[in-house]
Amino acid sequence: MNVHSKTAGKTLRDGSGARPRGSTLPCMAGAAAACVLTGVAGATTSNGYNMPIGVTDLSVDIYQLHMMVFWICVAIAVIVFGAMIYSIVRFRHSRGAVPDTTLVHSTKVEIIWTIVPCLILIAMAIPAAESILKIEDTRHSDLSIRVTGYQWKWQYQYMGAAAGINYFSTLSQDSNFARQLHSGIDPNTVPNYLLSVDHPLVIPSGVKVRLLLTSEDVIHAWWVPDFGMKRAAIPGFISEMWIRVLPGKEGVYRGQCAALCGRDHGFMPIVVDVKTAADFQKWVAQQKAALQQPAAPATTAIAAPVSAAAAPAPSAHASKKTAAERPAPRLTAQVLN
Amino acid sequence: MAHASDTVHDVHDDRPATGIKRWLFATNHKDIGTMYLVLSLIMFFVGGAMAMVIRAELFKPGLQFVDPAFYNQMVTLHGLVMIFGAVMPAFVGLANWMIPLQIGSPDMALPRMNNFSFWLLPFALTLMLSTLLVPGGAPAGGWTMYPPLALQFGDSFPMLIFSVHLLGVSSIMGAINVIVTILNMRAPGMPLLKMPLFCWSWLITAYLLIAVMPVLAGAVTMLLTDHFFKTSFFNAAGGGDPLMFEHIFWFFGHPEVYIMILPAFGIISEIIPTFSRKPLFGATSMIYAIASIAFLSFIVWGHHMFADGMPTSAQLFFMMSTMLIAVPTGVKVFNWTATLWRGSLSFEPPMLFALGFLFMFTIGGFSGLMLAIVPADFQYNQTYFVVAHFHYVLVPGAVFAIMGAVYYWLPKWTGNMYNMTVAKWHFWLSTIFVNVLFFPQHFLGLAGMPRRIPDYAVQFTDWNMVSSIGGFGFGLSQLLFALAIIQCVRGGKKATARVWGDAAPHGLEWTIPSPAPYHSFQTAPEVL
Repeated sequence: MNVHSKTAGKTLRDGSGARPRGSTLPCMAGAAAACVLTGVAGATTSNGYNMPIGVTDLSVDIYQLHMMVFWICVAIAVIVFGAMIYSIVRFRHSRGAVPDTTLVHSTKVEIIWTIVPCLILIAMAIPAAESILKIEDTRHSDLSIRVTGYQWKWQYQYMGAAAGINYFSTLSQDSNFARQLHSGIDPNTVPNYLLSVDHPLVIPSGVKVRLLLTSEDVIHAWWVPDFGMKRAAIPGFISEMWIRVLPGKEGVYRGQCAALCGRDHGFMPIVVDVKTAADFQKWVAQQKAALQQPAAPATTAIAAPVSAAAAPAPSAHASKKTAAERPAPRLTAQVLN
Repeated sequence: MAHASDTVHDVHDDRPATGIKRWLFATNHKDIGTMYLVLSLIMFFVGGAMAMVIRAELFKPGLQFVDPAFYNQMVTLHGLVMIFGAVMPAFVGLANWMIPLQIGSPDMALPRMNNFSFWLLPFALTLMLSTLLVPGGAPAGGWTMYPPLALQFGDSFPMLIFSVHLLGVSSIMGAINVIVTILNMRAPGMPLLKMPLFCWSWLITAYLLIAVMPVLAGAVTMLLTDHFFKTSFFNAAGGGDPLMFEHIFWFFGHPEVYIMILPAFGIISEIIPTFSRKPLFGATSMIYAIASIAFLSFIVWGHHMFADGMPTSAQLFFMMSTMLIAVPTGVKVFNWTATLWRGSLSFEPPMLFALGFLFMFTIGGFSGLMLAIVPADFQYNQTYFVVAHFHYVLVPGAVFAIMGAVYYWLPKWTGNMYNMTVAKWHFWLSTIFVNVLFFPQHFLGLAGMPRRIPDYAVQFTDWNMVSSIGGFGFGLSQLLFALAIIQCVRGGKKATARVWGDAAPHGLEWTIPSPAPYHSFQTAPEVL
């Protein structure tokens, strides 16, 4: 079928994302065991059947919780399914089994199988609660970026020291041609089909990046599986989430909108280019230099109020936005390929 | 106890009216039950056909057959038709047929309302399906109808809202009927705690319906006024709150989930003891478990919205309340397993479906537990993992239970045994294909494929192909279900009153002949 190395959706920094895609059909148990084994072996990006460990503090936590709960479920399943299968094999009418009609109630057993699950649940809830507290602590971030969802693209506006950098990110042209009904283009020939954009979000590794999510039309959701988190972008709200990509994990990470947002919901991907702090500073400097060149003040669009009414609609702020967007084309040459 | 027999028009002939009048003016619980079940079967195939469109488009990457807008319409209508057209009417049909037979009452308490609540359905569902023909097409915002997206659809929008209203009215009336019947018309000597589990599960389900269907009606009415009367309940630009819709919707939506599974619990609790030749283990704790699940269903709605952003304390609350549901659900699974234990099992088609339910519903329960873990839910939410989860609880869960119930009681309804070979093939093919269909969707979701997308990145190709093959296989297998039913209605080996012979099913429905006479229990039976 497809040549995977050419088309891997989640390319890691050195192409280690190219893993075999389980083209055989393993039985469920085999697949479950395999996903765990490869997971433990340290697949950063998804291996095609399990959650990626990912590249942020949070994604690693989440992955570990996921595997813990998974194994607890497997253990319970072995016991419960074991008892069911044993009964089905052992107590067959056709083999002359005589029903024990007195076995209808046992307070002791019923108390045990009420209390024990409660204890297991508490054991799961404690690490989960710790993780929630960590996830929701968005304080002390080093960089804030406002992410705005539109039908069907994303806008990234940098704040703080990088303020002024502001651009849209849409599905790349080659994917867009290929995805048309009856396009005649084989998606397997398109690099990162549906998961590539014209201008990716650029963030530094090793620092806490806070994303402020909102939307100008319907509800969207921003999700990069390797970052562990997804969060809705809701009109009239600003939701927060934070990412800290572990140092040494720089690279390009891909995801897509995760909330049904209309006709082209499947076609508004997210690509994040994670750079080292030094490279990121260089990138910011370049973008700012580019911003200086046009006469129009580029910060206007960024300073636009958050409320939906004052959306930077193309008609209202056309000239100013053009200025703000102008650096974007240069990104293409720099960052992609 | 004798109901409505003082009215001149309620002449209860021994034989049904002839022709169309029998069905249009039906007040007999058996006729109405039959109509519900037939409608449900038709809608199961309509909704299934939509699923086939979805699976065909997802067979390989790239758009082959449909426009993304039409794809979204299929996703939306598939959900609505299956929930409101297939699963819920099937359970109401079973309630109509079996509750009077199980509690020894001559009919449902409110036969004319029964007629009305059925006859709303064909019109409501026709209205919903006819949105496919209006300009702009059917609703395409998902069955959850989240604003602002839901407000972007044109002529289909008010049709959908009105249809949902009618479906809600029908459900509420059906629920009232069930409650009144069960509370007032039980045979002498049948206290509530000795009532069959199917009736118990329906009694609790009926309360859930009455509690939440008005909430849904309120939510969609607010959508309607937002759209047409410029209110701003959910419009942020007007000071409204799109997130509030999600809260209201899921306050309805989560109990709705249990509305679709509690009667299934009741059915399984009937079938497993029969074919284990042994009474249900822990019958009273089963009732308490259903009641606990029903109560908890009102305080867990937030788990559908973790990724939408929520205060930390609310996340903790909803996570723990959701996890708590695993306890009574676990009690039920353990009790069923204990019923099998040291029984004498035979594997007639109803038992096969019940055992299939037991295994696969439990798998859905495990993924449900995983989804309750908030941090992990940030990954799972809105992916195919969720799709796999709720299809496991609804297809090999609720739908298998319905099929098991049909195979269990069909000889009682028609007086004929069905073709066991066809039924067993139906079971085995369904079981194999339903797993081929839905199990790989866990992998897709974990690997990062969002739900509700018509096209996907190429690394998701293999599992989607597998899933689609399973989908086509499952869809085709259901033709065997229709075949078994049609054959059975037209004739076959005569069934005895007890139908299941030495399995000796327990309950009043087995004390009357097969087929059940048009009027049964005109004199209340004595229950000892």
